[in-house]
Amino acid sequence: MEEYKQILNNYKDLPGGLLEAYHAVQREYNYLPEEAVREAAAVFSVSASQAFGTATFYSYLKFDKRGRYIIRICESAPCHIAGVAEVIAVLERELGIKMGETTADGKFTLEFTECVGQCQATPVITINGVPYTDIKPAQVPEMLAQCR
Amino acid sequence: MTEEQRIVLRNADQINPAKLEDYLQAGGYQGLEKARSMSRADLIAEVKKSNLRGRGGAAFNCGLKWSFVPTDAEVTYVVCNFDEGEPGTYKDRIIVQKDPQQLLEGMAICGHAVNAKQGYIYCRGEYPYVVELLNLAIDKARSKGILGDFNIEVRMGGGAYVCGEESALIESIEGHRGEPRFKPPFPGVSGLWGKPTIVNNVETFANLPQIVLNGADWFAAIGASKYPGTKVLTLTGDVENRVFIEVPTSATLREIIYDFGGGVKCGRKFKAVQVGGTSGGFIPEYLLDTPIDFDSMRGIGATLGTGALFIMDETRDIVDIVTHIAKFFKEESCGKCNPCREGTFRCYEIMDRINRGRGTLQDIEHMIQLTKVMERVCLCGLGQASPSPILTSLQHFRYEYERKLIS
Repeated sequence: MEEYKQILNNYKDLPGGLLEAYHAVQREYNYLPEEAVREAAAVFSVSASQAFGTATFYSYLKFDKRGRYIIRICESAPCHIAGVAEVIAVLERELGIKMGETTADGKFTLEFTECVGQCQATPVITINGVPYTDIKPAQVPEMLAQCR
Repeated sequence: MTEEQRIVLRNADQINPAKLEDYLQAGGYQGLEKARSMSRADLIAEVKKSNLRGRGGAAFNCGLKWSFVPTDAEVTYVVCNFDEGEPGTYKDRIIVQKDPQQLLEGMAICGHAVNAKQGYIYCRGEYPYVVELLNLAIDKARSKGILGDFNIEVRMGGGAYVCGEESALIESIEGHRGEPRFKPPFPGVSGLWGKPTIVNNVETFANLPQIVLNGADWFAAIGASKYPGTKVLTLTGDVENRVFIEVPTSATLREIIYDFGGGVKCGRKFKAVQVGGTSGGFIPEYLLDTPIDFDSMRGIGATLGTGALFIMDETRDIVDIVTHIAKFFKEESCGKCNPCREGTFRCYEIMDRINRGRGTLQDIEHMIQLTKVMERVCLCGLGQASPSPILTSLQHFRYEYERKLIS
């Protein structure tokens, strides 16, 4: 709790800093704990509904604990026709989880995302924000092995 | 054959984007210097005369937009729309990654024109690595004193497509839910924190240094007369070369797909191209000789939009792709206005039914009626443009829908 407070306080005087503060908390924790949102309401002097209103609007902000490696898979049209479904199938099989889930060891999370702006080489996935392009299903096991 | 002409990408791969000295050596910040020697009114008149039109999609005359800012306003803001959420688009990322200082210079020129001391770059959350580069570029320009008393800050979006709409973007910078505002008042009069605010796209700002330096007449003579200049385009989908290019706006779709894109992949036949991003229209082969400028595109029921070209070959299932797009709009509708919240939901529902082979002719008729309403009454561009893929694909590829209907 104390740590959220410190991060949130860093943005307290920044005009419109609430969203920036949420990004900062999520960078630290990999997700946005609900208590941090309640705390943000106090720090930014807004109602809890406003603090939650902002937090729940943005698909980037997640309230559930996530793995150390967050794998996001683009489902926009260019990746769709480039065969992203096969990449998803391999990821789900290799990790033994479905899209939206986290592995029991807390290592991997699989999420859908819309276009990440790397459409010169589809399909595209990102791992902790870093894009990987032109993904072939056969490459997936090796990519996962490199996440340590 | 049309040749590439690089204005905003003139330094791409010629300079080190992380080095301010490289940009200066390539003539950088001479445009700003010239702009600052001009009066605000003269500068706005020059930009207006160049007929530079917004490169984010709406194609509004840039100088005219600036002229709406009251000249006696004490506090004004310059905001760069770097949300680039339109699927299939990555041109703004390329422009910034190849030459970040040029964007800062363009924003500072605008800052001089509208007397702003503070600028914001609203960068989409998917580009954290570009935010780093921008912050580095800002630090370097600031420490050299180049930007003078004009300050620029980068803010990061949170994966909401609707934040590409300028008033939603403003709400987001203010730390709120990114829901569009009712207009008027337009941001030029009442924008960020209620102050006059200019919101322009990355590519629009990036054009400014050269326009100021070389003059309005130079720019107005390039490309199509009503939408002059160049356009940075990104090619995706079933095309041999998935590249970015910058061409005069008089170039045709066919030239772009075949001369620059190398034609359809694997020697297959062309079926359709969706121009302008995921909210753009589907265009069949017989319309490929149309120039890409905004008005010519509008003339064939399409939109230049962001300049993304998504090419589909003969094997592609148009109904399946449009269903996927309808799902995207259902997800991204912010929910503020009823016609969009409910409309995008029902469009997806009907598209999905047709795609699964369970749709009827009446479904198509209902959907057309619904989309006509959405185009007219949705609050912002998201809802208004979302029917375009459905309507244009029905117009040009109706047989693909009909063959999936319950017989």
